[in-house]
Amino acid sequence: MARPVSPCRAPRRRPTRLLPAGLAAAALVTAAGVLPYGAFPGAAQKAHAADGTNGGGRKVLTVAVRQSVDSLSPFLAQSLVATTIHRLAYSYLTNYDPKDGHAIPGFATSWKSSPDKLVWTYTIRKNSRWSDGVPATAQDAAWTFRKMMTDPDAATANGSFTANFAEVTAPDPTTLVIRLKKPQADMTALDVPIVPKHIWDKVTDFSTFNNDKKFPIVGNGPFVITDYKVDQYVKLKPNKTFWRGAPKFDELDLKYYKDGDAAVAALRKGEVSFVSHLTPAQTTSLEHTAGIEVNDAPGDRFYALATNPGARARNGQRLGDGNPALLDPAVRRALFESVDRKRLVRTVFQGHAVVGQGYLPPRFHSYYWRPSAAQRVAYDPAAAARDLDRAGYRVDRQGRRLGKDGKPLTFRILCHATDPNDKAVSQYLKEWWAKLGIGLKVECLDNVGDPWLAGDYDLAFDGWSVGPDPDYVLSIHTCGALPATARSSGSTDNFICDPAYDRLYARQSAEYDPVKRAALVKRMESRLYDTGYMNVLAYPNAMEAYRTDQIASIETTPSAAGNIWGQNGYWSWWSAVPAASAAGPEGERPGGSPSTGALVALGFAAAVAAAGAVWFVVRRRATVDDRE
Amino acid sequence: MTTASTPDFPLGRPDGPAPDARTPQGADGGRTAGRGAFAGYLVYVAGKAGGALVSLGAVLVTSFFLFRVLSRDPVKAMTHGAPMTVAQQDALRHQFGLDLPLWRQFTGYCGQALTGDLGTSYQFHAPVSELIWQKLPATLLLTGTAVVLYSALGLWLGTRAAWRSGGRGDRVNTGLALTLWSVPSFWLGLLLIIVFGVGLGPVPGMFPTGGMSSGDTTGFAHVLDVAHHMVLPVLTLVAVGYAQTLLVMRSSLLDEMGGDYLTTARAKGLREAVVRRRHAVPNALLPTVTMVFINLGFVAAGSILTETVFSWPGLGRLFYQALSVPDLPLVQGLFMVFAAAMILMNLLADLLYPFLDPRVGR
Repeated sequence: MARPVSPCRAPRRRPTRLLPAGLAAAALVTAAGVLPYGAFPGAAQKAHAADGTNGGGRKVLTVAVRQSVDSLSPFLAQSLVATTIHRLAYSYLTNYDPKDGHAIPGFATSWKSSPDKLVWTYTIRKNSRWSDGVPATAQDAAWTFRKMMTDPDAATANGSFTANFAEVTAPDPTTLVIRLKKPQADMTALDVPIVPKHIWDKVTDFSTFNNDKKFPIVGNGPFVITDYKVDQYVKLKPNKTFWRGAPKFDELDLKYYKDGDAAVAALRKGEVSFVSHLTPAQTTSLEHTAGIEVNDAPGDRFYALATNPGARARNGQRLGDGNPALLDPAVRRALFESVDRKRLVRTVFQGHAVVGQGYLPPRFHSYYWRPSAAQRVAYDPAAAARDLDRAGYRVDRQGRRLGKDGKPLTFRILCHATDPNDKAVSQYLKEWWAKLGIGLKVECLDNVGDPWLAGDYDLAFDGWSVGPDPDYVLSIHTCGALPATARSSGSTDNFICDPAYDRLYARQSAEYDPVKRAALVKRMESRLYDTGYMNVLAYPNAMEAYRTDQIASIETTPSAAGNIWGQNGYWSWWSAVPAASAAGPEGERPGGSPSTGALVALGFAAAVAAAGAVWFVVRRRATVDDRE
Repeated sequence: MTTASTPDFPLGRPDGPAPDARTPQGADGGRTAGRGAFAGYLVYVAGKAGGALVSLGAVLVTSFFLFRVLSRDPVKAMTHGAPMTVAQQDALRHQFGLDLPLWRQFTGYCGQALTGDLGTSYQFHAPVSELIWQKLPATLLLTGTAVVLYSALGLWLGTRAAWRSGGRGDRVNTGLALTLWSVPSFWLGLLLIIVFGVGLGPVPGMFPTGGMSSGDTTGFAHVLDVAHHMVLPVLTLVAVGYAQTLLVMRSSLLDEMGGDYLTTARAKGLREAVVRRRHAVPNALLPTVTMVFINLGFVAAGSILTETVFSWPGLGRLFYQALSVPDLPLVQGLFMVFAAAMILMNLLADLLYPFLDPRVGR
């Protein structure tokens, strides 16, 4: 029989003929997809882990993380997640007391400085071994510091700590001697992981060695890194020989959730034990969820408005186009007398923050400073208008406040497009300053770095996380941090250069007495407050949550009211105690056996597959005559 | 038995008009014409391949300059918030070659790229090609599966919608597809996580809330584990994406439905389904195939939003991370890969056209 011929061209194989088969295949894939973890041996094991146990009753603590690991090399890592992992896997000379953050023994059991303040001698503990069994000694510490001093690539992450080192020696296995070029106050807060010399002296190129190919990674912290897959997970197991004692969980997994809402969903389900960086809305929602404990604690960060002080380089060259009206203290004072910080905390932060005053957050008790009643710039819009009137900034007929040049005062504010708080606060500022007759142009950008570095801003939203030692966040407001020339870059935050502040900074840098140093730091904060170029609006809380059916207890720092994630130490994960319910035998935990829903879905998928197959057969029969 | 055949290649004839591709060829004539057609096809292929190479060269140059307008100082952006001295930052600029004049950076970049070296990532301190290879399989698996599924689904539904245009099925199909097309993928993804990941009301949480695998599985269990993790992200991409194939196929088929050849086919007594499948659909496929290949070109780029919501470790998310610094070698390398994938898919579509429609490439 002749095959029917199309008037346009011969018929081809029908693409739709493949569809039933495709449907059946898709249904099979779906069937595989909907099968519960418990249906497969390997997957079942993981399901238990996600729920706090695994198939063998192992207790697994799963932490949701978002930030990518930039490197697992302690010489390169700068991301918070990587440095947190290093806190767990390596030892540091000192640790921070979880109660109040003061320096306590770590890899070093004691330390002393010479009378001239230039030589520090540390006694290294005898009872620390690397996870491969080799004793950890002062030689390892000396090698780590010397490597950072001699190889610029090894100084990438922590070079600021060793920039002032003249010489590092280890005369015996328990003694480490560091000689300084000039006194350095943070010698009991050297956040440098000590690495095993016998492993790392084989590395030839420190700029590209990421320490992420060979597992387990040899360390001497409370945990050992046992596995890592980029943006999927990092797995750690307890170091059974850790001198302080092994952690209580059998495994610590950092699992990636790139979206905050998805991480919260995973917490609700029990796929993760802990979630950090919650939004106020997520916190409020989780506060009312059974089996979940919310930790809404004072944070280590300040949220501020930086005011352009007339950006200049160290050589005196001007940078950018900051509004000169902001150089008048009366204008700065009036602007911030109009800012209702309490309302911002209540509305923008929904109560999950502390009203801002001094530069350093209140959780750092020893350095926390508050302005006296006399110097405090309190919320008083009427006083703000009076101050401006007195300083000669009159209001024209249209209600616009005029500058000294007779032009209406309008400022620009630089905000981060990705931060909803910046946008919300901007709207309040616009409204409040409009009542003074001052205009505000909000410039929200993905990349605020370029205009900021160029000094092209009037005001800008600013914020820093502060560590137990405040040296670095204080240093970024010194004249020495300014760029050398207009074309170079410095480490300055807001182009502040104040000789009085610098003198205090130099004194605190060389002061080894903690009480005297704290007093100097407070005087610096007072000076910074009075100049009015850094205006702290709030200290946002650290909002995190964990499942109480997986974690019975966990240490915060500070102990009384502190955070769990991102501690300057290993306290939280080392101290975490598994909940009794987390240690059930296989099959007792959710996910251990096929759920009804999964079976229903499996049945549905099988029905779709069968229907597809039947349809395919029927169609073949129906068209057999047409085919030839 | 004699069957009509369509020539495999366009029949280019310098000494006369090209024969009608719809005309069946005799055995001898077909052989001679086949040789000529093959040569013509080679010329056609060479032209398209040359064009693709020129495009790649343009991409190479563009990617260098394009991303340098993003930030004046990537090192400053990358180290913001970290306690780094000016000396450390300068050392990094030197290590990355950012202290060199722009023309030297450009020549170095071109030289490296031509030898297949995409440089070293600023953020991850690892070769860019290694980072891309690490994440490419995840992206290809997720987006590739979704593109295949939504193309097939759109093709099928589009065909049926057009054949009964104006009917209830058409209205429901098209309306649903357009509604899903308008839904933001991150929102739909979150809904799916809440309903089918965590469980809502009577619906139990059946699927993982994120990630690509559980981590401890191997062999066949691992395959099933990955399939389990793929269900929700693939469903999201398919739901949001199938409308475009459906609408193009529907519109293209509607254009064909008035054709005389269909009347002829019906007059021969062919059933309606056969007329549709064997005669109308093949002629309406060309625009859909073009779109499918364009979508396949986008496969390598992944889907930033879906990858983010489902924490899928793919290239889309990596590109976003690279842009936020900007990590110039990484962003350039990814741009090159994405552009190369698109150019390659376009080239493949161009090479396929003559098979679908012999008039193309003459």
